[in-house]
Amino acid sequence: MKYLAFATGMLAATTAIAETPVLTVYTYDSFVSNWGPGPSVEKAFEAQCGCDLKLVGAGDGAALLARLKLEGARSDADVVLGLDTNLVAAARETGLFSDHSVTAEYTLPIEWSDSQFVPFDWGYFAFVKAAELEAPTNFKDLADSDLKIVIQDPRSSTPGLGLLLWVKEAYGDEAKSVWEGLADNVVTVTKGWSEAYGLFLDGEADMVLSYTTSPAYHLIAEEDASKAAAAFDEGHYMQIEVAGKLAASDQQDLADQFLAFMVTDDFQAIIPTTNWMYPAVTPKEGLPKGFETLITPEKSLLVSPEKADMVRDAALAEWLDALSQ
Amino acid sequence: MAGRVIAIRAWPGIGAAAFVAALILGTLLAVALRAEAGRGLGPSEWAALRFTVSQALWSAGLSVLLAVPVARALARRRFIGRRLFISLLGVPFILPVIVAVLGLLAVFGRSGIVNSALRWAELPEISIYGFHGVVLAHVFFNLPLATRLILQGWQQVPAERFRLAAQLGFGSKDMWRIIEAPMLRRVVPQSFAVIFALCISSFAVALTLGGGPKATTVELAIYQAFRFDFDLGRAALLSCLQLVMVGAAALLALKLSDRDGFGAGLDRPVLRWDADTAPKVALDTCVILCAAVFLLVPLSLVVLDGIAGLAQLPRQVWQAAWVSVLVSLASTGIMVALALPIAIASSSRHRWLEAVALLGIAASPLVIGTGLFLIIYPIANPFSVAFPVTALVNAVMALPFALRMLIGPVRDVVQDYGRLSGSLDIKGWAWMRLVLLPRVRGALGFSCGLTAALSMGDLGVIALFADPERATLPLQMYRLMGSYRMEAASGAALLLLCLSFGLFWAFDRGGRGHAEA
Repeated sequence: MKYLAFATGMLAATTAIAETPVLTVYTYDSFVSNWGPGPSVEKAFEAQCGCDLKLVGAGDGAALLARLKLEGARSDADVVLGLDTNLVAAARETGLFSDHSVTAEYTLPIEWSDSQFVPFDWGYFAFVKAAELEAPTNFKDLADSDLKIVIQDPRSSTPGLGLLLWVKEAYGDEAKSVWEGLADNVVTVTKGWSEAYGLFLDGEADMVLSYTTSPAYHLIAEEDASKAAAAFDEGHYMQIEVAGKLAASDQQDLADQFLAFMVTDDFQAIIPTTNWMYPAVTPKEGLPKGFETLITPEKSLLVSPEKADMVRDAALAEWLDALSQ
Repeated sequence: MAGRVIAIRAWPGIGAAAFVAALILGTLLAVALRAEAGRGLGPSEWAALRFTVSQALWSAGLSVLLAVPVARALARRRFIGRRLFISLLGVPFILPVIVAVLGLLAVFGRSGIVNSALRWAELPEISIYGFHGVVLAHVFFNLPLATRLILQGWQQVPAERFRLAAQLGFGSKDMWRIIEAPMLRRVVPQSFAVIFALCISSFAVALTLGGGPKATTVELAIYQAFRFDFDLGRAALLSCLQLVMVGAAALLALKLSDRDGFGAGLDRPVLRWDADTAPKVALDTCVILCAAVFLLVPLSLVVLDGIAGLAQLPRQVWQAAWVSVLVSLASTGIMVALALPIAIASSSRHRWLEAVALLGIAASPLVIGTGLFLIIYPIANPFSVAFPVTALVNAVMALPFALRMLIGPVRDVVQDYGRLSGSLDIKGWAWMRLVLLPRVRGALGFSCGLTAALSMGDLGVIALFADPERATLPLQMYRLMGSYRMEAASGAALLLLCLSFGLFWAFDRGGRGHAEA
């Protein structure tokens, strides 16, 4: 009889769980990892929503979008978190997203208004180097120097695509000749960010394409002040990461609640030291200690989503031409 | 036609091969059907195709060419640590790509051992990045595999043949003409085909060591089609090209390779009277030492690099390790269920079955994963089948290697013992248990070890199916890297290396009951 009681108890427990609404959020892999923002975000949101927040990791930003296109309107996802501005146009084109109702005092370096996508963090791309290295201050000086860099392939990596648009936005028609100048500085091109950063830490290159916030990780998590980002005077390209609600979601209210939660301090305070990016709305207590040591670019570059979608094919062709010599 | 006498039916093998073909072609079809109008293949895809074929030809050619002397040296010599060395030969092959690349760069990279030495000696530095780097890395991965496959060929020569050769006073030339050359004709073309197939779908290694977009392979073009352009039609088309290339190589290899074995022996230990001269001993020692340095130095650096990180491994990594072990054991089981019937069927009239199985490594993992996702998605939640799917796909990917190891020995058993078994009326399970399994134990153990280890390290297909709650060990390793935790990631890589090698060693040793393998 004891077993029967136990089984009944189990059954009751499962039913209770089944009644809790589940909000499914698709995001990139490093967000859900145990070292990313995922676990803390889940805890903070579940404390206030009376729901079960299910974070599902799917590769990186671009893989996330491809995944969504494969699933279409039947997707289990209620919210997609982790697309960046370069992917927004393509995401909008799918027609899968619906309008949001979030308003917030964003602390982004640019004006943000988008009816479908809410920003949650942002950063600047930059070349990371050893702190004591005398680094060039723009792409042309870098091309003239003997310094070796390792970058990511725009076809398989989000930062790689960011660099492509950075050079294109800064130099326009001159971009191709800039890349031709850089060709002998590029040690190699990697599939993703991790490989490139790993090569840099192993001493394969003097600089690696990453973020201005990367040195903060080494400083805060490892108490190592030996890394710095090189400030470029043509400006730094920005990455703004956004989230959006799916029109076909059966949890519209919860999804709205999540997007609103995303721009509050509870969420934003988690971002700097787990995702190593700037929060989209600076929390009341400010940025963590250590972030004040980072470089602040004088000029922010960003191609609008619609334009990014248009120029990237031409920019990629130039890049391939220049580096395949 | 010795092949006609067979104690076991061919249909399970044909069924298994049909299943593999259906899996690969079905996923390809699923992707193609889902495609919207794309732009087809442009000049950049054709350039990628040319690069892919030329690097694969060089890599496979060089791996096999270098493997012949290494395998010969290992076949002729007995020394302390030989078994361990042969087992270690499997390791570069089973390492996750990124780990092996970092190991190679620690030796040949800009701040690697070689360049540090050159700088110290004030000599010009060398650069690993370029076409030669791609080939070097692929040789590093595949030389050990080629060596094992070719060594297997030597081991299939019965001891009696060497005894007879010694009695007849064979010199090196006679040995080559009568025993070694025919044996190599039997194993080399197909070993080449397997490695060629493996190099065709290379991506991260080729890109990283190729030094830039010059080194764009077809697999990278597939990635571009999938995530940059979301052009599924082009992705499917490119994967078709991969299949055609590998299919052509497999058929050619089948045509070139000799099929007759050396006949049965009494399984006496092999004694090589012919190899005891001083120059041969010196040559073999030198060859083995060179191979050992080339293969083991980068591996040792991976191990050294990981020790510090091992202490930092969080709990989740250990959980992931456990999940990975279970998946890889399941994978091994599926592989055996597919490989043995195919090997038996292809040892008689159905030799083409091996070519079918080769498609498993030729097809793009991204396309297989996407296709499976498209097929499963309407029926079931992909997360709930994440691990069975991973185990199945890993088994199919390991199948070509397993078959390459198994077909030779199985064919010998069928040809040499088929008539005797027939006259004794030993059939079916009894034949498997009494005749076949004891004689292919070594090859089967190696195949299981390889499958288990490969499955441990694989990441290819899981991405789309990744279970949100439980990750595999390679996925956790990448997540550590993705969160800047490179040192802990090195620790996870070392754990992965140890577990893969542990599984590989256990199966491989378990198979090698006989003393000489």
